[in-house]
Amino acid sequence: MSADLIGIAIIDILLFTFLVVTAFAIMRLRNLFAVVMLAGVFSLLSASLFVTLDAVDVAFTEAAVGAGISTVLMLGTLALTVREEKKSTHSAFLPLLVCLVTGAALIYGTLDMPPFGGMDTPVQTYLAPDYIQRTPIDTGVPNIVTAVLASYRGYDTLGETAVVFTAAIAVLLLLGAAIRRPGKDDGKE
Amino acid sequence: MSDIVLDLDFVLGHYNYWMFVILMMTGLYVTVSRGNLIKKIVGLNLFQTSVFMLYISMGKVIGGTAPILLDDPDTVYSNPLPHVLILTAIVVGIATTALALALVVRIRETYGTVEEDDILKLEHEMDFGTQAHDGGRH
Repeated sequence: MSADLIGIAIIDILLFTFLVVTAFAIMRLRNLFAVVMLAGVFSLLSASLFVTLDAVDVAFTEAAVGAGISTVLMLGTLALTVREEKKSTHSAFLPLLVCLVTGAALIYGTLDMPPFGGMDTPVQTYLAPDYIQRTPIDTGVPNIVTAVLASYRGYDTLGETAVVFTAAIAVLLLLGAAIRRPGKDDGKE
Repeated sequence: MSDIVLDLDFVLGHYNYWMFVILMMTGLYVTVSRGNLIKKIVGLNLFQTSVFMLYISMGKVIGGTAPILLDDPDTVYSNPLPHVLILTAIVVGIATTALALALVVRIRETYGTVEEDDILKLEHEMDFGTQAHDGGRH
């Protein structure tokens, strides 16, 4: 048990070190192209972290959506706007203070949390064993995440699809308004 | 209290949560302190991804495996429910990111800049600059 914990901890410490370095580089750099590329690296590193934490479906989605689609969208935005960030004229003291105070409060909050990876924590004992036992009987789907997502909570997934649809319509309206042809929309307006 | 904090098991048992706090605060700092709108969106994404890390860390069981059913009845599975929540959150997150980026493109077309300070200056000129000018004439 403890050997398992130490093995996972070494990989976690390594990945989190990379993640923190990437996040600080994103904070410091002013070239937006580099920032977007580092955001892709951050997503890929977090996908690796999710694999070590047994969340293979999440890792898959994060690598495809976070490191893939998100980077493409940001690069498209850069092509339409600017490449370089201006130096801020404001003092960074107040944001830094807010972040430090919030971070300290959150770390104080984690001290009461049950230790990482325990089996007798409230997260593990409530509801989850029920789903793990019932999934093969109720649905016959071997992947429990898929079973919960598409079968038990199918309506929530429908709602999620509605959110994505709304966002897609909004993006099309926002960008479509910009590229309409002057000759054609005279009749509409 | 210092005995507890220096305990190795305690540190390893809470390391993920502390790193989540550091990453989330980095994201918050980038969002709040930077004036460039694209940089703000990248900061929001950092913030969001660190929240995913917290949820997935809580679902992990040491010695467990991914929640895909095996024939062996003694297999220990990690908690599948945080994974489902976070899958939904990732997809909704990319939808909001796309919408935010589209808004940035429109802002750039209207104002010619994506820097918050310049936009505020232009807005102030639109609201008060012409008014003050008219007032001077009368």
